Amino acid sequence: MLNKNTGGWILFISLLIAFLLTALPLPHWADDWRPAWVAMVLIYWCMALPERIGIGIAWCMGLLLDVQQGALLGQNALGLALIAYFVIQIHKRFRLFPLVQQSCLVGFIIIFYLLISSWVTGIMGIPPKTWTYWMPAISSMVLWPWLFVILRDIRRQYNVT
Amino acid sequence: MRIVAFILASLIMMTVDHRQGHLERVRSVLTVFVYPLQYVANLPVTVINWVSESLTTRAGLVKENTRLREEQLILSSKVQKFEILEAENERLREMLKSSEKLDERVLIAELLAIDLQPFRHQIVINKGRREGVYEGQPIVDANGVMGQVVHVGPFSSTVLLLTDPIHAIPVRINRNGLRSVAVGTGQSHVLQLEHLPNNVDIKEGDLVVSSGLGSRFPPGYPVGIVYNISRVPGEPFAKVSILPSAQLEKSREVLLVWPKLSPELPSNFESPLDDPNLLDDLDVSARQ
Repeated sequence: MLNKNTGGWILFISLLIAFLLTALPLPHWADDWRPAWVAMVLIYWCMALPERIGIGIAWCMGLLLDVQQGALLGQNALGLALIAYFVIQIHKRFRLFPLVQQSCLVGFIIIFYLLISSWVTGIMGIPPKTWTYWMPAISSMVLWPWLFVILRDIRRQYNVT
Repeated sequence: MRIVAFILASLIMMTVDHRQGHLERVRSVLTVFVYPLQYVANLPVTVINWVSESLTTRAGLVKENTRLREEQLILSSKVQKFEILEAENERLREMLKSSEKLDERVLIAELLAIDLQPFRHQIVINKGRREGVYEGQPIVDANGVMGQVVHVGPFSSTVLLLTDPIHAIPVRINRNGLRSVAVGTGQSHVLQLEHLPNNVDIKEGDLVVSSGLGSRFPPGYPVGIVYNISRVPGEPFAKVSILPSAQLEKSREVLLVWPKLSPELPSNFESPLDDPNLLDDLDVSARQ
């Protein structure tokens, strides 16, 4: 009971790094392939520690992401809150999936997240014009196993509970 | 259920943000938290630039210096001519009893090399409300109009570029004064002129400048060059594409412009350009 909330700074730093990776300038060809870092890290923590990272934190992260990206306030917040909700609902099953199956599921979750963003921008009158809009789902799917292993090791090492 | 509350909150915020400007203050406060992150994300690029600058050889510097000197000579000779013309223009205007001045206050801002929302054309600059930046302020670079400020934070602002699909700027053709509106297409090198009839007098290579209508952009800044006109007989309007003059993807420094028609600056605001020493350092030929 005493060490119920250990390693809060690990959560903070991992989300911070995800945020930086989202803003980091990439060469033009790689820009379309940028994984949805914040969404991925949130998916991991919602699955691993659903009692600590929940819809509220996801929503706040989304709001900061909106400000950073110059998007409509609430666009990413809506997507990330829904992701958090969905992952928390299935977190027990999610943990038992093999990595490949997890990757596929993450891919679908990111597609869902992109879909919500595209609805919002579509209502504003600027829908995504090319299919490269959906590339982040594939790159997130490919990178998920590495992210999962790295975050799991960090979580065990620093005993984040 | 909490999720329902959060969904509702998001929907309400998006609606309010899209329809009204009430949330600009919220965004401005949140920018204070986001700006340090953006600054850190920008650091690698800054460091690389700094290193490459410090590792430049002496020969390279001498070469650059010579080139800059030559450029300076050419420019200052042009300014001489310009000053005479300006004086003449003013005299003529006085004779016509119309006192229009083209002088504007400017300030240099640097771009942060960070990526924003994909498929939108926005940039972040390192000047904000503290320096007197306001929403809707025009941004130019050495070659032409770049865009306008859309969100202002205390230390940084977001700029919407000309090429963004929701951006439009009132323009006129320099050759004959024909008015139109140039809208962004979402492609990085194309703007389009709206609602020009098929028989309109326009040629490839025509210079398009800002018209100053709409009271947002100062008149007379180059916007782009007409490079393609397609007149389809069945269509009501000609399709005129223009190439933006500003280096929208390459500029690292931009100029914030306070046009004469803008609301007054806060009285406690001091532009670095008011300081004569700094003015020499910056070498900006903008006079009060």
